[in-house]
Amino acid sequence: MPTSHGTVTGVDPEFLALPLTKLAATALQRARDFKAEHADFRVERLRSQHLQLRDGSLIDSSEGDDLGFAVRVIIDGTWGFASGVAFTSDEVVRVTEQAVRVAMVSKAITSERIELADEPTYKDVTWISAYDIDPFDVSTRDKVGLLQDWSHRLLAADGVDHVGAMVQQVRESKFYADSYGTTTTQQRVRLNPQLEIYGADHERGVLDAMRTIAPPVGRGWEYLTDGTYLWDEELAELPELLAAKLAAPAVTAGSYDLVIHPSNLWLTIHESIGHATELDRALGYEANYAGTSFATTDQLGSLEYGSPHLNVTGDRTVEHGLSTIGFDDDGVQTQTWDLIKDGVLVGYQTDRRMAPMMGQPRSTGCAFADSPGHIPIQRMANVSLAHSSDDVSTDDLIADVEHGLYVVGDKSWSIDMQRYNFQFTGQRFFAIEHGAVTHQVRDAAYQGQTTAFWGSMDAVGGAATWVLGGAFNCGKAQPGQVAPVSHGCPSARFRGVNILNTAHEAGRS
Amino acid sequence: MTPTPQTLVEHALESSTADHCAVIVTQSSTANLRWANNTLTTNGVMARLEVTVVSIVDGATGTSVGVLNRTATTTSQVTALVSDADAAARAAGVADDAGPLVEGAVSKDWDEVAGHTNIDVFSDFSDRLGEALGRARHEKRLLYGYIEHDVTTTYLGTSTGLRRRHEQPTAHIGITGKPSDLSTSAWVGQASERVDQMDVAALDSELTRRIGWAQRSVELPAGRYDTVLPPTAVADLMIYAYYVASGQDAFDGRTVYSDPAGGTKVGQPITQPGVRLRSDPLAAGLSSRPFVAASSSSSAQSVFDNGMELGVTDWISDGSLQHLGTSRHSARTTGLPVSPLIDNLALDVASGSGSVDELAAGIDRGLLLTCLWYIRSVDPQTLLLTGLTRDGVYLVENGEVVGAVNNFRFNESPIDLLNRFSTAGETVRSFSREWGDMFPRTATPTLRVPDFNMSSVSQAS
Repeated sequence: MPTSHGTVTGVDPEFLALPLTKLAATALQRARDFKAEHADFRVERLRSQHLQLRDGSLIDSSEGDDLGFAVRVIIDGTWGFASGVAFTSDEVVRVTEQAVRVAMVSKAITSERIELADEPTYKDVTWISAYDIDPFDVSTRDKVGLLQDWSHRLLAADGVDHVGAMVQQVRESKFYADSYGTTTTQQRVRLNPQLEIYGADHERGVLDAMRTIAPPVGRGWEYLTDGTYLWDEELAELPELLAAKLAAPAVTAGSYDLVIHPSNLWLTIHESIGHATELDRALGYEANYAGTSFATTDQLGSLEYGSPHLNVTGDRTVEHGLSTIGFDDDGVQTQTWDLIKDGVLVGYQTDRRMAPMMGQPRSTGCAFADSPGHIPIQRMANVSLAHSSDDVSTDDLIADVEHGLYVVGDKSWSIDMQRYNFQFTGQRFFAIEHGAVTHQVRDAAYQGQTTAFWGSMDAVGGAATWVLGGAFNCGKAQPGQVAPVSHGCPSARFRGVNILNTAHEAGRS
Repeated sequence: MTPTPQTLVEHALESSTADHCAVIVTQSSTANLRWANNTLTTNGVMARLEVTVVSIVDGATGTSVGVLNRTATTTSQVTALVSDADAAARAAGVADDAGPLVEGAVSKDWDEVAGHTNIDVFSDFSDRLGEALGRARHEKRLLYGYIEHDVTTTYLGTSTGLRRRHEQPTAHIGITGKPSDLSTSAWVGQASERVDQMDVAALDSELTRRIGWAQRSVELPAGRYDTVLPPTAVADLMIYAYYVASGQDAFDGRTVYSDPAGGTKVGQPITQPGVRLRSDPLAAGLSSRPFVAASSSSSAQSVFDNGMELGVTDWISDGSLQHLGTSRHSARTTGLPVSPLIDNLALDVASGSGSVDELAAGIDRGLLLTCLWYIRSVDPQTLLLTGLTRDGVYLVENGEVVGAVNNFRFNESPIDLLNRFSTAGETVRSFSREWGDMFPRTATPTLRVPDFNMSSVSQAS
């Protein structure tokens, strides 16, 4: 059942030239010698490039190329994991034996037998994400040239003192084989471009910045060049937005109705729904680090998470999604499922280890390791808010606000260890008076409690307002792992949200 | 026969066709155990061997650089890496931070083998942890935690003849404890260089003491409180203040260290007198790599500075901002002294004395925190940070802990706090809850702040 998307059809030939199948057989056989109940062998190559410019000058053009393999076993109900970097049979045997040894040392502190949910086997399947131009096929000089052109355009505008430009590019090639007979080979590409401008109002002693809201995406270099995203328009309006922010009056703290653009709302979804519906968190597995969840398993099917407008899915299948892939790092085919239906909690994100703990027969396919050296854990799917079936525009949402704020672009974010209390700022906050946007305000942050906030959502925009946002840098677990993830959402309206004046919070006014 | 890291360095330098070259090889091994709900959850041993090649090409219009970091274990892989780095340098534009490589000689320890760890480093520890988990089950407590031991050895060679080696052992542990009804949470953590310095029984005993404090719970509203921040919480805040201490960013008006009138605040008082924030690669118990080994350039570091000696640097001295993180290049563009960032941080206060318990004993009515969490910048130009208290906020009355309080969201600037604290304790080895996994080498005092801003209540427990 080979699957393939996009116009690129080939997996990195250097990766395929590795003796993947032979080494997999070696590792799985050595694990069988020790009577492993489960074994999997994973090879990954992560190519990355970070380009960073300051005022059009190249600051950093470093490249990474992380290649390695990992063996994971279950021996006598206990996990054992080890990884290595030398692709010889001897080394694969040694690392497999090390994984077995890790399981043995760990047995003394294991009181719960590891059981995995069943999954069909997938024999020798290939999956490639949807992209046209592999960013590693484009010369660095051309890539830097584009960023320089954009930087100089911004620098030439009035009121722009400095410009920062950067783009992160990643190509992830992955091979997986397990003791059930599944073998998958996959490749995906992602891009994270950002430009930020800095200015000052020296008379008032105010320094500030304004950043692009273009989301990171699972696309190739064409994202910057083919018109899919309207870069020229966004760059053209950025200096005026910064000037207006520098001149803007401070927000008055208090209760406001908010209309939130997808470029800001994706992050609120990520923090207050995405992480809260991870089953490992709900079961306490992240209590020492990322935290747990208020959405405990006893509330599945009954917790009123928000208003009836709140319909949220998990998926690892949406085209160009950063969490999108064909098969997860447990060998599970990826899916789409409901997390919140008509405002009620109905599902969790799981892996093969976690699903049986909820009595679920099958994993939702959320196992992910961020690198060859790390053990797979349950990581976030693309968690997305459904749009209205009606043709509701952002202006329609704003029209029904007497006194409020329109929030665009993410900036600062923070939420507590059980995902109750959050505080977010934005790139820009616009005052809404009598149903229309009037001017920007400064120093605003919105603070809320998760279920009260989502309970106050009285309308969502239609399909035309829906945008797939996301991040490269979602952190979780020990040792720390970083995962890319997308969140789609429409513009949405919230009633009576608490707005802080951050200068007042800092004791400056 | 696998080549040694030194062989890989020499092979890369010999293979280079660039005008100048620097090579960093890092060999690391890590072992970890993780547990939750009184049982092991994940574990692992990991080996890494990374080679970074900095190829530098002098062109007609300026110098360009190619920087490639790759897993490479054989000389043929390194040959390919160097070839790609040389090509990247020729394809790149002029590097903003270009300059001559650092001159140097071969260090005495250059020929020593790389350090190593494996899962057996936990053989004794896992027995003691097993006993603690058994006790917890018996006493109806739940333990969650993580221990890691990592040994990373860095080998740096340059075409100017410099050869440097450094071995960095790091061990850290954090344990969260809860009663079986999950009504409250406590945390202890410790960083060191060796696993055998971790005393599980002592850590578990402190957790038990703290869970005991929570037998009485008290609801308090948001507001400003007389608050004792233990060394962990102070490290949580100071590391953030250090992360944003780039001289170039300050010069460009991006940070709290920017002077709104232009330039930076270097030379100006920014905290109370007597406050010193220092990095010292040779500090006892906190020692870190004493030379630059940069695998990428940024506003605060440059690959051209690789090999540069790092010395004692006072970022803040007697309350005055003295240094910001600079490369030789950004020192030139900002007019600041050359002072690269260093991988440890110590805060001390001239008048500081006393432990957490002793500072709490001085409080009539106030709060004792455990640690801070999810700390993010709200306003970079004032360094207003928001975040949460976590795993234990305790009410202190007449110098005694009398119960546990709900958690809070705070909005505070660490620079403001260094202006407003009323009492400081003695500086001790600390382990940041939020950043300790990435930045484990800190020493900080307890600080008592008379009006810490708890912005709202968090229901998290």
